[in-house]
Parts: sequence; structure tokens; C-alpha cells
Amino acid sequence: MSVTANFTSHRGEFTLKFKAEFEPGSVIAILGPNGAGKSTLLRTIAGLSAVDTGSITINSVTVDDAKKVFLRPPARSVGYVFQDYAIFPHLTVLANVAFGPRSRGSGRKAADQLANEVLTQLGINDLAERRPASLSGGQAQRVALARALVTRPDVLLLDEPLAALDIQTRSKIRIELAQQLSTFAGCTVFVTHDPLDAMLLADRVIVLESGVVVQDATPAEIARRPATPYAAALIGVTLLRGNTRSGELTLDDGGVLHTADIDAAGPVLAVIRPESVSVHRVQPEGSPRNVWPGTIMALEASHDRVRVQIAGPPDVVAAVTPGAVTELGLAPGTRVWVSVKAVDLDVYPTHPDPTGAR
Amino acid sequence: MNRSQPTSQRPLFLLIPGLVAIAFLVIPLVGLLAEAPWGSFGSILTSQVALEALRISLITSIAATAIAIVIGTPLAWLLAREILPGTRVLRALVIVPLLLPPVVSGVILLTAFGRRGLVGQWLYSGLGIQLPFSTAGVVIAATFVAMPFLIITMEGAFRSLDGRFEDAASTLGASQWTIFRRITLPMVGPSLVAGAVLCWARALGEFGATITFAGNFPGVTQSMPLAVYQALETDRSTAIALSLVMLTVCIVVLVALRGRYLRPGSS
Repeated sequence: MSVTANFTSHRGEFTLKFKAEFEPGSVIAILGPNGAGKSTLLRTIAGLSAVDTGSITINSVTVDDAKKVFLRPPARSVGYVFQDYAIFPHLTVLANVAFGPRSRGSGRKAADQLANEVLTQLGINDLAERRPASLSGGQAQRVALARALVTRPDVLLLDEPLAALDIQTRSKIRIELAQQLSTFAGCTVFVTHDPLDAMLLADRVIVLESGVVVQDATPAEIARRPATPYAAALIGVTLLRGNTRSGELTLDDGGVLHTADIDAAGPVLAVIRPESVSVHRVQPEGSPRNVWPGTIMALEASHDRVRVQIAGPPDVVAAVTPGAVTELGLAPGTRVWVSVKAVDLDVYPTHPDPTGAR
Repeated sequence: MNRSQPTSQRPLFLLIPGLVAIAFLVIPLVGLLAEAPWGSFGSILTSQVALEALRISLITSIAATAIAIVIGTPLAWLLAREILPGTRVLRALVIVPLLLPPVVSGVILLTAFGRRGLVGQWLYSGLGIQLPFSTAGVVIAATFVAMPFLIITMEGAFRSLDGRFEDAASTLGASQWTIFRRITLPMVGPSLVAGAVLCWARALGEFGATITFAGNFPGVTQSMPLAVYQALETDRSTAIALSLVMLTVCIVVLVALRGRYLRPGSS
């Protein structure tokens, strides 16, 4: 259930040049600005558009080689969750989900039964007889996922799966999606322009800019060493995993930080933006509640800021002005103090809230 | 009338011409009703001429609409997806019968399907089929002038259909036929009804092309409008009675579909 893609695809002036292999069971985020070619990539893997040169292989079967072979979407084992979900408005939820099995030759009864099973699995079997127009954004997302999963595809493609949701629903659905993807045996490729989706859902992030892969690494690596200003601005953040309780965050890699979010409990991902990290030569006094010593590992110019990598624990990335670098005499090996305000520590639960409060 | 409504919402320079337009549309209807031969209505409508004209009108207009649906809908899809080369030219060609004087359409059909026409001579000498002056000719004439209504309506519907629904069906394993049958057609269903009604109404009212191409033979090619035209020269009350029947049919159709498919901008 692996995918090998090495192709170019032209869209008028625009060219997408993509090369990557996706392992079975992996979750890959395609992150990039609008017009980077993210959707084109998904459509090409699904067979909704063709490669111009190169080839795509799914499960060691060549599905498109730009010459003789082009398998249409029905001949590929691909599930696709469209942006805004594209749920057939004239069919019930059950008929939407049963559409795949029916189209692939199952009888009506067998298809309905399969659809019911998947709906139950996703906890939305009570929606079976509903019309799509009456679904909330979160419900529509689940239905779209059920419809894509019911044919048991080798590859699951999701185009901006959470973009259509409001912020509160989004964090809830994101956690659900993370769980569902973790049980999915095939490989998942999803497109997003929200770095949080990439950080929380993916075990590998491919950054696409202007049709070219500019970085292909784990979320942690990309957060630590973003390859382009876009990636730096978007995801050049510090990610810390840990458990939180009453505003006290115990990090998996050691250390305790204070957060302003005293309601969150359980396993979380904490995000610290480089701009909110202050760097000092002497131990600061006063308001910041999170202060720890570290050693500067590297300095990199990025846009109008300098990104300072500091080894802790915890390790953290700070963004300071070039002026501050000179003023403080920052250089690799310099011992510094780091401070972060509790309110600047964003905390995202990685598992459903056991109390069901959110 | 709502007295609190600001006068700026009904300016006189629009109100007065608007009322004139209403009078212009309504007065003829009133005139028709005023002159209707209510006493002899029953005997006129059950006369052989009237019954045969009604039969021919119904058969030919329904047949024309069916043909338009079967071949016009696929053409609308091809135009909407811009699959054929020269789509712009084709789209203009589709509208030509709509703009042409119907009698010219009749002449065009004669040059194509007449006994010495481009296609007609082969049909006649090869298969012995003669379209002009036959009931089939009435259907051809009605289809020619009425099909553009269906094509235009359906092309708009296909065009405004979000392509991702068809894409989604495709990734779910549906063949192109299944996609068209289970996704595309149901989603444009309301437009198909609207287009078919417009097409049928135009076919029902067809006169110029029919009389030119198919002639005016009672029992064979004489549809309702032709019967009205002929009756007007000999028996005015029959013409008015038949006109009333056609008006009633139109109003019944409009009322039946009112607000369902013919809303402003619903195509």
C-alpha cells in the first residue's frame, strides 16, 4: 500500500514537479501556500488529472506513466475527501456512503450494510437517513471520511479536511481524525495550509511552494529547521509534547512549564512561537513564569530576523532582531537564559478530552 | 397597499410604463374571454377538426420534447464541458433557430429534408421516407425550433454543477455512465423539467416552420395553431374556442410549475 510519485504536471503556466515515496501506514501532510500545487498533486494521484512526464505507482502497480498507462480513478484504490466534502446533496447520508460499494458492484443490501458498518465505526450511524443539507460542518466531515473509507482504499487523500470548519469544531474533529488515521492501514496524504494540522496529524510533512518540494521531513525537523521563509513563518515553531494538568505542563523530555490554559488536561502538544521567546544573558527576574538556562547551538538569518536554536532542556527556537544578536553577543556556544510567558504557550490536546467537555 | 413603504421604491417613471405593460398583456386575454362562444364551446371542441388538431398537437409536441431531451441533453453536456472543438461556434449555432423567423426555419428544413433536399433525397430514394407533409415532418419542425430552449437551459445547469461531485463519484469507483445517471442527471433534474417545459410549450405553439415544412393537412399535419389559423378565415368562433384551449393549457402548466422550477434565476 505504498505510493511512488515522480512526475511533472503542467497547468498552463504552472508546473508541479513532485517526487516522493509514501510508506504504508504513514500520514503525510502536504503543506504550502495557495497555488503551490497541493490540490493538483492529490488530483494527479487520484487519476482526476494526468501526469505530463514521469509516473505514479500505487502498490507497485503503475497507474500513470505519461505514455501508455493511465488508470482512471475507479481503477485506482484511492479514497478522496474533497475540500467542502462534496457530499451528494440529493442522496441521504447512507446512500452517499453506500455509493462507493454500489459503484464497485455490490448489491444494494450489501452496500447499505457496509455503509452502516463504517458509519457505526465513526460513531455517526444516527445520521444515516439525514439529508446532507441538514448536516453541520463536523458531521459533513465525518460523512465524507466514511464515504472515502468504505471502499477500503490503499491510499486516502484529503484536501484541506478541516478548512471548512469553525475553530472550535476544528480542534475536536482534528483529534478524531488523528485517531481514525492512526488505525488506517494504507497511507494517508492530506493537503493543508494550517501548520497545526500538519504538526498534529502527520508523521511527515512535505512543504510545497510554487510547484516544487522545498522540504520533506518530520514535523519536528521542519519546526526546528524550516527550509524557506514561508515554512519558517508558518511552522518555525517549538513543539513540545507533554501532559498538562491545572496549567502545569510536564514535558515528555523532562521539565515543567506553566501554561495559561488551566482547563486542559491530559496529553498535549505545546507550541511556542519563536517571537514569544526572550533571550537574556543573565537570569531575568519578574513576570515570566517559564525561565530556563540553555546553550546556543546555531544562528540562522531568516528574513529580517535571526533564528536562534537553543539547547535546553527543553530545546527552543527564538527569533530575535540582528541588532539583539550584536547587543547580547549571541554566538554558538553562548550560555543564555530563555523566558516564555505562560500565555504564549499554546496547548493543543492530542487525545479526546475524557470528560467530554470539548 | 403598505402606506409606510417609501415612495422611492415605486418611482412614477417606472410605475406608469409598468402598468401600461400589464394592461397590454392582460387586455387581449380579456378580449379573448369576452368573445368566447361559451354556448357552442362543447360542440366546437368535440368537432372532428378540433379533436384531430388536439391529437396531432399533443403527439408531435411530446415527441419533439422527447427527442430534444434524448439528443439535446447530451449536446448541452458537451457544450458545458467544452469537449468538442469550436464550442463557441456550436453554441451560437444552437441559438440560431431561436432567432430565425420560424418560416425561414421551415425553408431550411425543406432544403435539408425535402424530397430534393440534401438529406431528404437520400431518405426518399433510398428508404422511401418522405418527411415533408407528414406527421413526422411536424415533429421535425417542432424539434428544430424548440430544442434550443432545452439545450440552453441544460447547458446552464451542467455548467453551474460543481465538478467535484462527478470527481467524487469517479474516485468512489463509478463508471462515467453511472456518474451521469446517478449524480449528474439527478442534480440537474429541476433544470431538466424547466427546460423540457419551455421546449414543450414552444413545440406546442409552433406554426411557421410547421406550415412551411409540413403543410396544413387536417388529420395529418394540422396542429392546433394551424387549425386556429384556418378557422379564423372561415369560422371566427371556432378559432377563438381553440385559442382558449391553448391558453388554458399554458396557464395550467404555469400554475403547476409555479415557484417550483420557473423561479427567477432558477435555471
